[in-house]
Amino acid sequence: MAGIKLDTLTKSYGDTEVLHHIDAAINDGEFVVIVGPSGCGKSTLLRMVAGLESVTSGDVYIGDKRVNDLEPADRDIAMVFQNYALYPHMSVRQNMAYGLKIRKLPKDEIDRRVREAADILEIGQYLDRKPRQLSGGQRQRVAMGRAIVRDPQVFLFDEPLSNLDAKLRVQMRLEIRKLQKRLGVTSIFVTHDQVEAMTLGDRLMVLNAGYVEQFGTPIELYERPASVFVAGFIGSPAMNFIPCNASGTSLTMPNGIGLDTRQTATGKVLLGVRPEHLTPDATGHFKMTIEMLEHLGGVTLLHGILDGTDIQIVASLEGITQHQIGEVLTLSAPTEKLHLFDEATEKRIGD
Amino acid sequence: MLKRVHFPASYLPYLLVAPQVIITVIFFIWPASQAVYQSFLIEDAFGLSTEFVWFENFEYLWGDSHYRSAFGRTLFFSAAVAFLSMSFALILAGFADRIVRGATAYRTLLIWPYAVAPVLAGALFLFMFNPTIGIFPYVLDMIGYDWNHYLNGSQAMFLVILAAAWKQVAYNFLFYLAAMQSIPKSITEAAAIDGAGPIRRFATIIFPLISPTTFFLLVINATYAFFETFGIIHAVTQGGPANSTTTLVYKVFNDGFVGLDLGGSAAQSVILMILVIGMTVIQFRFIEKRVQY
Repeated sequence: MAGIKLDTLTKSYGDTEVLHHIDAAINDGEFVVIVGPSGCGKSTLLRMVAGLESVTSGDVYIGDKRVNDLEPADRDIAMVFQNYALYPHMSVRQNMAYGLKIRKLPKDEIDRRVREAADILEIGQYLDRKPRQLSGGQRQRVAMGRAIVRDPQVFLFDEPLSNLDAKLRVQMRLEIRKLQKRLGVTSIFVTHDQVEAMTLGDRLMVLNAGYVEQFGTPIELYERPASVFVAGFIGSPAMNFIPCNASGTSLTMPNGIGLDTRQTATGKVLLGVRPEHLTPDATGHFKMTIEMLEHLGGVTLLHGILDGTDIQIVASLEGITQHQIGEVLTLSAPTEKLHLFDEATEKRIGD
Repeated sequence: MLKRVHFPASYLPYLLVAPQVIITVIFFIWPASQAVYQSFLIEDAFGLSTEFVWFENFEYLWGDSHYRSAFGRTLFFSAAVAFLSMSFALILAGFADRIVRGATAYRTLLIWPYAVAPVLAGALFLFMFNPTIGIFPYVLDMIGYDWNHYLNGSQAMFLVILAAAWKQVAYNFLFYLAAMQSIPKSITEAAAIDGAGPIRRFATIIFPLISPTTFFLLVINATYAFFETFGIIHAVTQGGPANSTTTLVYKVFNDGFVGLDLGGSAAQSVILMILVIGMTVIQFRFIEKRVQY
């Protein structure tokens, strides 16, 4: 078992720097999810840890060992790929045993480990099938099995669930989580799906355009997003942003309505309010003209504009509500749930 | 539901395929039928009298030890050409698949030999290996090896195999490279993480996955060596010395146009025709289905 340390890690393709000075320490046994939009460099970062991409500058440590110059095979890692990357000409058993055979383990030890992994993943009855005879979910399990049998120090997952249908994805997500807790192997999981990230990770690294926006627990990211990007990326539906003028602890919204905050700021700021923190309140500060309603059963999403402006806002109310399109609704949010960001730097203001 | 478009019956489709049909009939069907007819005839050397003899020409070939040894020689020649050109192409493709920079330049250069006409390829090797002025005999002489393919049958065979294989390497390379590049990168990466080095990855992952291409090329190369190497052999050895490089195709030419045994030569070409039909059937039956793994 081992932790992972990234020390001012940089990756460039030619003159283009795609990852900028990534620093991170991942503890032994921790499940870290790297999340970000397409093209933010998350897969590249993972592949650098795996040794499939070269390191431009900086260092990667697995355990206490600097692994920059080690071949992937010598890093004691296992990786699960997005397209599973099973060997199509080998049976499930041979797929799982491939790495062990190369390591020249005795035959009965290989059989034992394959059998054990197959039992954990419930793919025992498919051992003699070829990958093309399996469904997507079963292939996913085989890919996981191939990683488990190796008993590596680190698991790397490169968007392994994105080829599965929605229902299977939720199920596999839980299974991966349970498996990782049970085996206690340090894991890095890359995804663009923030729900997947929130449910899987002990900690999340939010990556945007090659920069680490924030690295923390899901709750930290939700309650105290460090930047506008993180605030907008984590949580669904996304956080509402209202540009305001700040002076001390009082804000003025574009429609002239003022409200008080616990943070202190001056000049142009962005006020962030999560849809689920807005509640109907006749004394509230947020007046919204409803343009559309979405009844999801458990909650109702109200889409509309902030009265007197053209700023889109969304409110998520519990249960099925009786509001009408065109109605003007007054909402409020608790002061401690209001986030404030500097409009220029997009960084969080206050605690 | 499949939508079908129906056209009213007309002469247009027939008109459109007519040129191809006419070409096929004039240049393939008619000569082939002439060859079949000719193979049933025996003609005297001056072409004055002709006798219809049914299968006598074939019976003669059946008992002819020269023909049988030419058959064996052709099999050996084909196997050697196919093996040499395919294995060399495989190695080249394996390396070309790995390089990133200048890949296009390598590919282009490696394809050039395919554009060389067989007789020119033969001429190249003829000069390179000429016992008097060639560079290779000169080099071989320095290490004490005496090269003279005009006298030594095995050396002559080696030379035509080399020339024929060299020309086919480019074609095989192209197919192997395409096959390798169609293997998802993540599969080789997974193997790398599983601990397999480049050679092991090649042997256990890449080679099995390109086996359909190998089978396809095997048939193509056998066909090539059987039928399309006439130009090379004619330029380099003329089938000699002492028939040691006379393959079946070369023997058809030699017996017919040099020996003037038109009936016997036609019978040989009918046999070759049956062989090529057989190979085509194999190719269609098995390759169209693709080798399953």
